[in-house]
Amino acid sequence: MDQTHYLIVGASHAALSAVHAIRLHDAERDITVVTRDQSLPYSPTVLPYVVSGRSAPERVFLRNEDYFTRLNVKYRRGAAVRKVRPATASVQLDDGEEIGFSKLLLASGAAPALPPIPGLAGVRFHVLRTLNDAIALHSVLPKTKRALVLGGGLIGMHAAENLAKGGAQVTVVEIQPHVLSGYFDADASGIIEKVFATNGVRLLTSSQVTTLAGSGEGCRAMLSDGAELDADLLLVAAGVAPVTDFLDESGIEIDRGVLVDDWMHTSAENVWAAGDVAQARGFFEADKIINGILPDAVGQGRIAGMAMAGDAGAKPYAGGVPLNTYAFFGQQAMSVGVQESALDSSGVEVYRQVDAEAARYLKIVLQDSRLAGIFGINWAFDPGVMRELILRRIDLDAVKQPFLDAPQKIARVLMSRNWR
Amino acid sequence: MGAFETISFRPENCNGCNDCMIACAQAKAQSDDAARSRIQVLSSDGSYELAMCRQCGDPECVHNCPAAALSKDAESGVIDWDASKCVDCLLCTVGCSYGGMVYDVDAGHVAKCDLCDGDPACVKACPRGALKFLTTARIYNEVGNLEDLFVPGLAGCQGCNTELIIRHAMRRIGPEAVVATPPGCIPGMGTVGYNGLTGTKVPVFHPLLTNTASMLTGVRRYYKRIGRNVKVVALAGDGGTADVGFQSLSGAAERGEEMLFICVDNEGYMNTGMQRSGCTPYGAWTSTTPVGERGRGKTQDAKNLPLLMVMHHCAYVATASTGFMEDLYDKLDRAIEASEHGFAYLHVYSPCTTGWRFPSDQNIEVSRKAVRTNFVLLWEFDPQSGLRLTHAAEDPLPLAEYVMALGKYRHLSEEQIAHIEGTIAQNVKFVKGLAAGVPLAAAPA
Repeated sequence: MDQTHYLIVGASHAALSAVHAIRLHDAERDITVVTRDQSLPYSPTVLPYVVSGRSAPERVFLRNEDYFTRLNVKYRRGAAVRKVRPATASVQLDDGEEIGFSKLLLASGAAPALPPIPGLAGVRFHVLRTLNDAIALHSVLPKTKRALVLGGGLIGMHAAENLAKGGAQVTVVEIQPHVLSGYFDADASGIIEKVFATNGVRLLTSSQVTTLAGSGEGCRAMLSDGAELDADLLLVAAGVAPVTDFLDESGIEIDRGVLVDDWMHTSAENVWAAGDVAQARGFFEADKIINGILPDAVGQGRIAGMAMAGDAGAKPYAGGVPLNTYAFFGQQAMSVGVQESALDSSGVEVYRQVDAEAARYLKIVLQDSRLAGIFGINWAFDPGVMRELILRRIDLDAVKQPFLDAPQKIARVLMSRNWR
Repeated sequence: MGAFETISFRPENCNGCNDCMIACAQAKAQSDDAARSRIQVLSSDGSYELAMCRQCGDPECVHNCPAAALSKDAESGVIDWDASKCVDCLLCTVGCSYGGMVYDVDAGHVAKCDLCDGDPACVKACPRGALKFLTTARIYNEVGNLEDLFVPGLAGCQGCNTELIIRHAMRRIGPEAVVATPPGCIPGMGTVGYNGLTGTKVPVFHPLLTNTASMLTGVRRYYKRIGRNVKVVALAGDGGTADVGFQSLSGAAERGEEMLFICVDNEGYMNTGMQRSGCTPYGAWTSTTPVGERGRGKTQDAKNLPLLMVMHHCAYVATASTGFMEDLYDKLDRAIEASEHGFAYLHVYSPCTTGWRFPSDQNIEVSRKAVRTNFVLLWEFDPQSGLRLTHAAEDPLPLAEYVMALGKYRHLSEEQIAHIEGTIAQNVKFVKGLAAGVPLAAAPA
């Protein structure tokens, strides 16, 4: 049985961040990275741009071979893990091979969740999570005339935009009353929806596909309002779910994701988890959440790596703050923190400036004079600085009005005073 | 990985003129709109803050990039942005907690400082010295791999500046050298050795206080005769230079002997019990200028030894301080070169934690304050170019910032401080006069 000190399952942001953190502290002991992919590491976030052709697939890799050689990391492609056995400190790969470990990181990420729509299994559809998915979508783009996208989340909206730019007639079906409801409120989503409508994308919100059937090369969808829709391309983008099936017999505690403590440690000895697969403390809520965003994968991977390597500089996880940036049709939307609806109402203040005509929007949510959320469309502020204001619970009482008037400037001044 | 160059910001020198921002916008966006500058100076309650890329060592923006469009250049330390890979997702702006990675609306993508390939436009545009381009990393990168020519464990006092000076100097001078260390702290800390072993990795000897420059004259001439170019170097204290050692020094300088004479000036005979020397300043406590019922420290001013050496028409004379390392290294380079064809004299100020009575972790700070208060002037001289100040004497800090940091001046009366201020003013005036004067090369040979 092959033996390695650090074994890392997965090869995207959380895994790479952990490798980096481990090597900053421990230059010596073996690191093995196993990934089910056949390629060098890449980010799921870049895939919509591979679909559109903006990013060439061979130029999106986050590391090259030389990086792993230089850091003395064994990078094994096409190595999917079938079983994890904490009791014997080993994993089994799909081909039966076993690898023993001293410390294990689960960074297996998430996979598309398929909605229980009758007929889905019988039609051809695309998902977008792997590089191969993206390449497949890119190759059908030129001949796509009518595309149907299930789900108005970030992946669905990115894909819809790129399909539309490629000349297809695109319809997005979203079960919620608004698109991107995880990150924006009705006003903000309304502005985004309008931009999509202007660019010829049809958005059917509060709507569902009830059944799917094959139709020629494509499919026919029955909608909840009784309408029928034909499409030659179907993209299912109805969310993602952590990849945990290989952990079923491991005894590791799993809720929706792998449950971890503030050091990203799981319930099993010498096993950590980070990134989209992990369910960790939320910054705002008591329950553990899956904060499936790239910056948090990086942060969690670092904490896990430092903890695994015994780095005394490790700091416990502050809790997941939801955030994202979203660029669409040359416009920018940013979402940092939580909406007022996610907070218990005591001490909550909400300030908003909306200019729907100019597609400009700003909302600031404060709780007890501390920033809880800031959301903008085509409004300049530094999301990284705002995130720090939230994480550090900086009291804004003395600068509240100036902050509301000029959030970017005042946040930068606070930055200089608090963490320069 | 080496050390990197960086832009420093002194808010106390900033008046919010925005020239830096205009210069950046012009250089990077061909625009006069300060909003497009990659350096953003913000005024707030009368002080100034800076938002710009810190070129972080472990950059979160790079970790956050899904498209491999950002990378830290191992040579320059600059975080490079590859336009051809960027997908404008803006996740880098989430990673940056310094406001250094910002979406430029007009350009349609993120923009960040790239240090202008090592020649930042903002720094050049700053009229008040609030922005400075620190290139000190160059010293580390260039000299860091050179061999330290002293053994570890020299027995200098804790926080000794002199030990730093001799280690830096000999690294630069290199192993093709013979070193003379006349009595003083330098041999005292073990450079000439204990128990038959030397603390120096090049030939070193221990001349008398009186004959350092004469002996080096002979050593250099001997090696020249047998066809070897060996540098000869004196590492001497101020006593061995200004007082007892002066006649041989003066003679060798007057004859134009080819050597590098480095005076490490700690303003007294610190090795033998902190007696006063000709370089001890007015008012300073030493064991022979005590402070008591009648005594108030030294009653005479220090002699200005480096200026005396200028009057010897040396090939090169300079004053330096470990508070200003780039300057020190520039001068070392010039002094070494000059010593190949004439007499080079380098006077390095070396605050002494033990003899001057200040905490051992404050040495570099004291060195800086000495220069910033004009107590010490940094300049260089060669006969072709004349004398040139290398650190502006304008806008000095109040003298109190320097003297109050040192135990040896704790007793000073207001009259004594006024005397020192007068001496400094006179010195500044005199050196500035020299700096404005005719090069001495015009004098008859």
